[in-house]
Amino acid sequence: MSSEKKYWKSEAQLKGTDPALKSLEENEFVEHIPTDEFLGDKEKLEDSKTTRRDFLKYVGFSTAAASLAACEGPVIKSIPYVVQPDRLVPGVADYYATTIANGYDFASVLVKTREGRPIKIDNNTSAKEFTAGKARVHASVLDLYDIKRLQNPQIEGRDATWSEFDEKVGIELKLASEKKIVLLTQTFASPSVDRLINEFKEKYPNTEQIVYDSVSEEAALKAFQSKHGYKALPNYDFSQADTIVSVGADFLGDWQGGGFDASYARGREPQNGKMSRHVQFEANMTLSGGNADKRVATKPSMQKQVLVEIYNQVVSRAGSTDLNKKTQKAVDAAVKSLKKGGSQSVVVTGIQDEGAQRMALEINAALSSTIIDTDNARMIRQGENSKVDNLIKEMQSGQVGVLMTAGINPLYSLPNADAFSEAMENVDATIAFSMKMDETAKQAKYVAATPHFLESWGDVQLTKNTFSLVQPTIQPLFDTRQFEACLLNFVAESTDYYGFIKETFAKKFDGLKWNQSLHDGTFTYEDAQNINATDAMPSAFNASAAARQLTAGSGEGLELTLYTKTAMGDGQQANNPWLQEMPDPITRTSWDNYITVAKSDAESLGLKNYNVDDGALNGDYVNITLGDVSLEKVPAFIQPGQAPGSIGLALGYGKTESIQEEMQVGINAFKLYKDFQSTQDVSLTKTNGIHEFACVQLHHTMMGRRDIVKETTLEIFNTSDKDAWNKTPQVSLNHKETDVTSPDVNLWEEFDRDIGHHFNLSIDLNSCTGCGACVIACHSENNVPVVGKHEVRKSRDMHWLRIDRYYSSEDTLQGDYDKKNDMSGLSESISQFDELEEPSETDVQVIFQPVMCQHCNHAPCETVCPVAATAHSRQGQNHMTYNRCVGTRYCANNCPYKVRRFNWFQYSQDDEFDYHMNNDLGRMVLNPDVTVRSRGVMEKCSLCIQKTQKTILDAKRDGRVIEDGEFHTACSAACDKGAMVFGDVNDKESKVLEKSEDDRMYHLLEYLGTKPNVMYQTKVRNTTEA
Amino acid sequence: MRKVTLNQGILKYFLLSILIVSLSSTYAQESEAEESAESTEAAIPGADPAEGKDLFNSLCAACHKPYKDGVGPALHGVTDHRDMEWLYKWIANSQDLIASGDPEAVEIYNEWNKVSMNAFPQLSEEDIDNIISYVEQPKPEPKKKTADTATASADGGGSSGVSNEVIIGALAFILLMLAVILYLVNKTLRKFAAANGVELDIDKNKEARKPIWVAFAENQFLILVTVGVMLIVVTWFGYGALMNIGIDKGYEPIQPIHYSHRIHAGDNQIECKYCHSSARTSKQSGIPSLNACMNCHQQIGEVAEETATEEYSKEFYDEEILKLYDAAGWDPSSQSYTGETKPVKWVRIHNLPDFAYFNHSQHVSVGQIDCQTCHGPVEEMEIMYQDAPLTMGWCIECHRETNVKMEGNEYYEKIHEELAKKYGVEKVTAAQMGAIECGKCHY
Repeated sequence: MSSEKKYWKSEAQLKGTDPALKSLEENEFVEHIPTDEFLGDKEKLEDSKTTRRDFLKYVGFSTAAASLAACEGPVIKSIPYVVQPDRLVPGVADYYATTIANGYDFASVLVKTREGRPIKIDNNTSAKEFTAGKARVHASVLDLYDIKRLQNPQIEGRDATWSEFDEKVGIELKLASEKKIVLLTQTFASPSVDRLINEFKEKYPNTEQIVYDSVSEEAALKAFQSKHGYKALPNYDFSQADTIVSVGADFLGDWQGGGFDASYARGREPQNGKMSRHVQFEANMTLSGGNADKRVATKPSMQKQVLVEIYNQVVSRAGSTDLNKKTQKAVDAAVKSLKKGGSQSVVVTGIQDEGAQRMALEINAALSSTIIDTDNARMIRQGENSKVDNLIKEMQSGQVGVLMTAGINPLYSLPNADAFSEAMENVDATIAFSMKMDETAKQAKYVAATPHFLESWGDVQLTKNTFSLVQPTIQPLFDTRQFEACLLNFVAESTDYYGFIKETFAKKFDGLKWNQSLHDGTFTYEDAQNINATDAMPSAFNASAAARQLTAGSGEGLELTLYTKTAMGDGQQANNPWLQEMPDPITRTSWDNYITVAKSDAESLGLKNYNVDDGALNGDYVNITLGDVSLEKVPAFIQPGQAPGSIGLALGYGKTESIQEEMQVGINAFKLYKDFQSTQDVSLTKTNGIHEFACVQLHHTMMGRRDIVKETTLEIFNTSDKDAWNKTPQVSLNHKETDVTSPDVNLWEEFDRDIGHHFNLSIDLNSCTGCGACVIACHSENNVPVVGKHEVRKSRDMHWLRIDRYYSSEDTLQGDYDKKNDMSGLSESISQFDELEEPSETDVQVIFQPVMCQHCNHAPCETVCPVAATAHSRQGQNHMTYNRCVGTRYCANNCPYKVRRFNWFQYSQDDEFDYHMNNDLGRMVLNPDVTVRSRGVMEKCSLCIQKTQKTILDAKRDGRVIEDGEFHTACSAACDKGAMVFGDVNDKESKVLEKSEDDRMYHLLEYLGTKPNVMYQTKVRNTTEA
Repeated sequence: MRKVTLNQGILKYFLLSILIVSLSSTYAQESEAEESAESTEAAIPGADPAEGKDLFNSLCAACHKPYKDGVGPALHGVTDHRDMEWLYKWIANSQDLIASGDPEAVEIYNEWNKVSMNAFPQLSEEDIDNIISYVEQPKPEPKKKTADTATASADGGGSSGVSNEVIIGALAFILLMLAVILYLVNKTLRKFAAANGVELDIDKNKEARKPIWVAFAENQFLILVTVGVMLIVVTWFGYGALMNIGIDKGYEPIQPIHYSHRIHAGDNQIECKYCHSSARTSKQSGIPSLNACMNCHQQIGEVAEETATEEYSKEFYDEEILKLYDAAGWDPSSQSYTGETKPVKWVRIHNLPDFAYFNHSQHVSVGQIDCQTCHGPVEEMEIMYQDAPLTMGWCIECHRETNVKMEGNEYYEKIHEELAKKYGVEKVTAAQMGAIECGKCHY
């Protein structure tokens, strides 16, 4: 009799002693429901004239009225120009060449404007270098429409006018005649700014300018100056390189201003059986390490030894080194390669030490390297950060009368920001020239609201002989005035900075035409006057002293390497939701910074990363301590390839001022940037709490499958038949193995695609460095919404284009394939598959693979759509009709490539998603040619059909044939590495046809027979050791 | 019976007012007819002002107006201070006259900002006589009555609409009155009957006869048929109504400035793309900017007499031109821009949903389709309205039927050859080119 059994929830219930429990059992609700408050007051209730019936009548009436009113369409107003600008045609985009020069990123760009508003940044293809192939540069257009921008000048925290500002600051400048005026600025690298500051100094002789870079390259600048007599950074052209050895330099990232990846990628395409060999010694896993042929996980103290050892072997013996066997072997091999490459070899280093930087210069000189270019050196870093500490002392002692900060935010980016903040109190007048009310501006007495670079004039000296012009592409949105114009106003009582740069241009560049140069955006001008050669003559190099210093480090404890993320850089663009949501190419994690820690260190510290039920990644927190500074609750991310004994942490996060709440993520690592050294000895302790990462990739390895990424070595590529390294999958047809590409194995009838255009996109895994410029370009072109951290955690990110990153579980991916092929027996394969799933700890190879809709000719998504919302086109594009879609998501289920994205919510004009699409200003960046998708529909890459259609229409209108190279997608146009080639395969002259016939070509999951229109080129690694 | 008398009083007033309105409009028509007869009395004997008018309109009107200053001075009264010989010389070649040092010529040249007048050597002295006689005609008196109707129509949005409403209103009122009278009479009669002791037999009959609705309710077949018919009717009209949601065919909003396509595109035959120039190169045809209007209207401050219609008078149109001047910041008295502009908020008529991409240049420049194909007889539209339903079915239908204009377009050469072979036709329709694929318009 089951009823005799008594079930109980707790002991108290079983005994029935607790009276509270008794009452709980009797009541339906635990708490008293306050119905009496409005029903109990009988008097009040009767007073009310609204009866229940009336209430229902009102409800009924308002519902009916609302539905009736909804039948009437809204009246839409159209307001044409009163006087239409001459060359502006509504609906037609205009392009202007300009330059981004924000002190951290420098690039020549083309700006696409529609109806006078910039909506997209494109690469300036006429520029030879600094062509803008960077995610941050492409995202910078959104910064223009940042709602957190300052809209007018401020004096002591209140809104002011410019005339008031000029007047008051003018008085402050005069009052400071007994004291110093200090201009603490970003690197402008601008001939006009230099001239202007000199004129300012003439008028106010007590002026000093200190250039401050938030991420310092001072060691390299000093080393270059000591060898060549002027302050600059060497330039590199990796396209012709034979051997590249990097010791801790992430030169595909932001090292020395970045932008080397385009020339690097050109040298990575195996042409005539040759490609460069790249050896990387590094602690953090970086883009450069990921692309390297040989990566040696080396912690910072060891990197110094490696550099000394290379110097020893290439130039002359400078000092003894103490390397472990494995590293020694790698160094010996690297040196051998260097010597073999001779003048085609180059050594670069990211060690922030003057001696180390000088050593690299000397090694390259000894190799007589033609890859390094010291004649046409880079001018885009000028920071003298070591002067800042002295400045703080001067400020504290009251010697500084006026402090102007321009383009920088020292109270955020200085390690000793508190000291600077205190010292600011002792300055009579502090003036911040800033786009935002940031940490520094908030404390300044005067804040000059500055415009975005798309609203400014300027000129930039990128390298010694390469110049670039900045021109506005829109009228200033707010009451702003650029720093240069303010300064000019103090000097010459005119704010016509445009006239000033034209004057500089006329004076400096004899024989060049202003209009043409402005149109091109960039120009070269060779002149010895281009540089300010100081009187400090090149000095001799004391190698042994440098070596002693480099090898002196103990190498004990955990060594932290501070780095900048591909998306966030130095943190200037932290309020940019595109960049926040862009997954880091290595960790595939967005909306965060975290320490990256090696697996063995994580185990010894007891740190864990694990996936929870919905696939999201969780991890432990740690506290980091450096001297008396400590950062609390920093999430820890276990990073394959991280050198044991080292950790990494990204700068640029943890901002709290002038940034939307949603974007206030991460930890400010600048606090650990002591003495502007990117490597520090720190200690870690595990602390409480679980951190939730927004990581978009669950699988880190491919477990030996060759159907997704194909990789081979240069040796095999050169010597073997295609079938050996890029075999077309075969299927059984009438019991005969047949190539899946054969027309006989089609499940469906083939469409006729010989007529008209047939678009194909080729992605070269060799030239793709994983930089992510394409991801942001796609966002910006296609109005892709930002969904926020929590949605990303639920795998609801909307990226139409993702860059998958795979690690190998063995030393090489080939090792993975071999291991998988050699498996036998069930128990062995189970355990070995488990091993394959885990990326190797240090000797890990990385591969980047951009994946977007593959535009299959036999698309599995199309056949399952119940409403035919996704359909086929003759041009090879798989169409997605949003207005037809009812959101069954069958297509996403049936897509083998998982590239379809579902709009779970209304992302525009929704307070739940308070990013750029939720405010009028931010929506100005939207591309008017692409629909903003609404809730409940599926979306995906369209191969930028709006761009291909435009190209076709332009040709039709002109009555001409389309040339190869005219067709572009946003991603292929953004890729300055040439990794993405887009075009018409029915055009016999086209490059993409050539690519489709290349031996390296394969399709993703080709054995499925989906016949994609996107193809990949097999990755070839140069593993040949000299 | 007090009430009834009162109502009759109101009715009287009403009838009177209707009478006044109709009379006044007849009077207005008469006066217009009177004034349209131009005085043909010539200022110069023997000259023909009618011929002079033609010449004036073709040669002089670009800069001169008879009674107002334009780019050049007003010409009415010119013979009062210049003799004809001087005028012949001046008109034949004013620059020569100025160069010869003629003091009058130099003076007027300087007075009018040294803008030289075109030379007209082709004009004979007789022609000049004709022109002068035309401009020397006395200025016609402004028409008072039409001005009244014009303002009335401007207020009410069309005079015919007003009178229709009034008539309908009056009829409704009369019917209401009749009903009230009937009721009152009935009531009074019953009272009389009751007072006189007459018993009405209506009530008895009612009980005896079965009411018709009861009979209907008892007939199940009838109910079934009725319900069936009702269902079909409701479905039919309901479906039609639902399908029409969001379709604004015939949408004809009142615009802030009464711009008449009839006058511009119809009477004056201005090419559509002269003003909607971006239709050639852009996805949008564009509403012309006000400076495009001012290209012509800087000179054209008023419409011609013939432009006016029964519905819209000349004064009404002139008033609308003044609205344009106000918006563009043009001061007609000083002939200069004040700089104070008031951008016009036009009501957009043709609205495609955001998810449909339409490109004008594709259809206008490449397809060489007439604007009227989609926009209807715009040249006849006094007020612009949406002529086509702008539905997807309507687009597709056209794409299925229309042949692509491929001749002489190098882009199509190869593709035409191949497509023609594939479909075995000489002409290729837009649909065969792929113009009914979803993604061509939806992205």
